[in-house]
Amino acid sequence: MRRWNFALAAVTAASLLGAVGAFAEADKSIEGIEKYREALKDGNPAELFEATGEELWKKPAGPKNVSLEKCDLGLGAGVVDGAYAQLPRYFKDTDKVQDAESRVLTCMSTLQGVDVSKYVKAKWGSPERNDLNAIATFISGMSKDKPVKVSLAHPKEQAMFNLGKRMFYYQGGPHDFSCSTCHGQEGVRIRLQELPNIPTPKGAASGWTSWPAYRVSSGQMWGMQWRLADCFRQQRFPEPIYGSDVTIALSMFMAATSNGAIMATPGIKR
Amino acid sequence: MKKTILILATLAAAPAFAADTNWGKGADDAAFKAMVHSSFREVGMATLARLDQDATQAFCSDPKHADDKDAAKMRAKIEAENMASIKWPSDGKFLGDWKAGEKVAQSGRGLTSTDKPGQVNGGNCYNCHQISPKEISYGTIGPSLLHYGKLRPNNEETIKYTWGRIFNAKAYNACSNMPRGGHMGIITEQQIKDLMALLLDPQSPVNQ
Repeated sequence: MRRWNFALAAVTAASLLGAVGAFAEADKSIEGIEKYREALKDGNPAELFEATGEELWKKPAGPKNVSLEKCDLGLGAGVVDGAYAQLPRYFKDTDKVQDAESRVLTCMSTLQGVDVSKYVKAKWGSPERNDLNAIATFISGMSKDKPVKVSLAHPKEQAMFNLGKRMFYYQGGPHDFSCSTCHGQEGVRIRLQELPNIPTPKGAASGWTSWPAYRVSSGQMWGMQWRLADCFRQQRFPEPIYGSDVTIALSMFMAATSNGAIMATPGIKR
Repeated sequence: MKKTILILATLAAAPAFAADTNWGKGADDAAFKAMVHSSFREVGMATLARLDQDATQAFCSDPKHADDKDAAKMRAKIEAENMASIKWPSDGKFLGDWKAGEKVAQSGRGLTSTDKPGQVNGGNCYNCHQISPKEISYGTIGPSLLHYGKLRPNNEETIKYTWGRIFNAKAYNACSNMPRGGHMGIITEQQIKDLMALLLDPQSPVNQ
């Protein structure tokens, strides 16, 4: 625990630095935020969630009282090592393209006999969603430092990519926003937050390879599902259903565009 | 205001989905529509109706349309339609209070699934624009508006252009990234007047 106290102290000190930075030039502030991110990498609280996720993965649960250890994440039953870097992918048993989070739901249902509808219906920050976030964090950590290697060989994988690309530009709601409104240009910001240009390999990698991430501002661990849902919230869209095709399609668009980039999961964010 | 949105949405309810513009295998109109309509749920005021596009949104959802030569005619048509929708101030007064305008520009609140109906919406301006020199936390998706009034002739044309641009930016640039503040009922007439003052009043810090 001592390590985490240290991490908290670092967060506090960094926030103070950030506040001082606000009086300086905007560029200086961004530099300050970068330093603060660097400092936090030494003690990312996401490690706590990884540990929780690993426990949940290995613990017998559900009506069948078995663990998730035999779950097939695409590299064979029980192989977690490197699996996240190759997701989303097509799964024959479900005849669907799935990301890590929707695949975990499949395994909870088939292996453990869990009725996963309550996980789908749950709210962000609920115990159900926190469990899924922790498990995704654990899985993502087992792909840290591995290159993204997402296949578009199966027609359904290619279709998901194309649908994701189309969704990226889809405008709606009172503000006419699409993903592209904020994430479709090089070198722009919202307030001081720099925005990745997602349709480029570099921008896609910046978005894709650092989630799941611990969010310092909210003290929460967010998987990509939550990240996407919050993008849509800010776009003034209705909420994407957990694991729905829109979320898989956008993930596929980002992941395949960032192929070859190195996974830095779990990440840490403002 | 709700009524306005409803009427506008009904008037503008063009084909909800643009024609297939070659998005590649598996992403034709039918497949895309099926995906969108099965993937969302309503939360609070963020209703499923928000997924239905008006003509401007449908057109601008193809990135090629923003600057493609072949789409120039269609862009002009969309701009004309949006221009026709602009409502000028009911009492003929264009400028309000710049201090109130600064608050509107600062606030990015309103109309998300976690916002409450009836609350005051913000203009989201600083998210994308530099405005007052005192605010260094500004975005860069839109151009800097620092010294906006000082840099322009103080005449009716400037005033009308600025009002129109805030009310409905798509009247001037069909696929602008800027929300249609007045047209979509995001901000009120009074809020637009206050933003006008923030940009044009010689006393506003923007013009100091």
